[in-house]
Amino acid sequence: MSITRRDFLKVSGAGAASALIAGCATTASGAAPKVVVVGAGFGGATCAKYLRKWGPNIEVTLIEPNDKFVSCPRSNLVIGGLRNMDYLTHSYDNLSKHGIKMVKDMVVAIDPAKRTVTTKGGKTFGYDRLVLAPGIDVRTDTVKGFQEAEAAGKVVHAWKAGPQTALLRKQLESMADGGVFVMGIPGTPYRCPPGPYERISLVANYLKKHKPKSKIIVLDSNPDIVSKKPLFTWAWNTFYPGMIDYRGTNAVTGVDGSRMIVSTEFDDIKADVMNVVPRQRAGELCAMAGARNDASGNWCTVNFTTFESAAVPNVHIIGDSVSAALPKSGHMATNHAKVCAAAIVELLAGRQPEAVPVMANTCYSDTSDTTGGHVANVYRYDAEKKSYVDPGGGGATPQGDAANHAYAESWAQNIWAEMLS
Amino acid sequence: MHKILILLAASAALLSANAFAVDRGELLASSCMSCHGPGGKSKGAIPSLAGLEKGYFVTSMQNFKSGARPASVMHRHAKGYTDAEYALMGEYFSKLK
Repeated sequence: MSITRRDFLKVSGAGAASALIAGCATTASGAAPKVVVVGAGFGGATCAKYLRKWGPNIEVTLIEPNDKFVSCPRSNLVIGGLRNMDYLTHSYDNLSKHGIKMVKDMVVAIDPAKRTVTTKGGKTFGYDRLVLAPGIDVRTDTVKGFQEAEAAGKVVHAWKAGPQTALLRKQLESMADGGVFVMGIPGTPYRCPPGPYERISLVANYLKKHKPKSKIIVLDSNPDIVSKKPLFTWAWNTFYPGMIDYRGTNAVTGVDGSRMIVSTEFDDIKADVMNVVPRQRAGELCAMAGARNDASGNWCTVNFTTFESAAVPNVHIIGDSVSAALPKSGHMATNHAKVCAAAIVELLAGRQPEAVPVMANTCYSDTSDTTGGHVANVYRYDAEKKSYVDPGGGGATPQGDAANHAYAESWAQNIWAEMLS
Repeated sequence: MHKILILLAASAALLSANAFAVDRGELLASSCMSCHGPGGKSKGAIPSLAGLEKGYFVTSMQNFKSGARPASVMHRHAKGYTDAEYALMGEYFSKLK
């Protein structure tokens, strides 16, 4: 995106004003404050960008091992054959225009006492504040036989967009008409609550057109559809009657890649394509910092006005890794990122952060190649509950339509631009 | 001279105690950008917000909240904010071009 003259004036003007105010506060060393952000997904990239926008005096380093960003939101359209991988794949090149120092490397150690992170490439970065945005780790070890079958290319979770997304698409294309697609869904909390049901809808959309004798068996660890139930029930009954066999409280316990069997406590089910999504937890980076600290040991508790870890000072956690009664979504990660960036700017200048942050979340799901729906909520910080609360306007569309289908595409283009341009 | 310096120091202290580097209107509005595009400039079906007249923005939000203006999703979001917050966000969007 080009920078207009007015944008330039605005940024440089704001920069001068902030530099004056920030001049009152210095870091221990007296140098420009340093923030290191690890992970350039929805949360990390957005946080780095807004740290530079709101704190032009801050030195921001963004460490990310991948060359390009591959979006999980909208990846179900690739699996359903409606888009290709290029559509999901975006360059990080524009981030450096904000003055962000991009480092292509993987963090292998964090020392919260010395305030340093060390990379696989052997570099060490000091920080005043550290932001961890690693997303999820998929617990493939919790499903018997998964790792062997995954290594053999027989099962994928495709819950991180990338090679597994493309492989799942290929497997669906190779499947004969009359084949069985089995999808396993983990218990909550997991990344993207409506994601599995959107995937089922778009796989059904493909099979209905190209392999109409095929079946979809859904093995859900949860007792019922977790998100947008009326929307997905409407779509499945309207567009794909008889194709989807939904089984609640049917957690997948194991997979057998050589015999193509998915097992639950109750059954062994023969599959042609196996898409099993195991349970998840906060990324390993959080554990490295000592921040994967909730009662389950899986997620990170934070102060919700700053997203600073409740366990480790000067370390902020944003995105899916946070323990919260909030949806784990890319959109929410961008919201965490902005509240966190603003708070860090204030904290580094020796001021109190905003006391009542408010964030809006809209999550679109496509239900066919022409329809979609949404769930939307506003989350307002409640100081008494120490958590975010929907003041009462939130809700989901009970049926899909063409308007939401179009908005979903526009949303994707806009949020990708918001985080990466 | 001394008095002026003290006054200056006192006002600087007040400024640093009360001023945010990030204006609340801008922080509230930043959440909108994920759907409405960076700088409030949208690609595709979702409307842009950059440069909207403040009064129009505030009235639109009030009408989304009351239901007087039909909406796909904005009636849900409008219920999450106060009139004072509509004004802060409207002020911010009116200045974006």
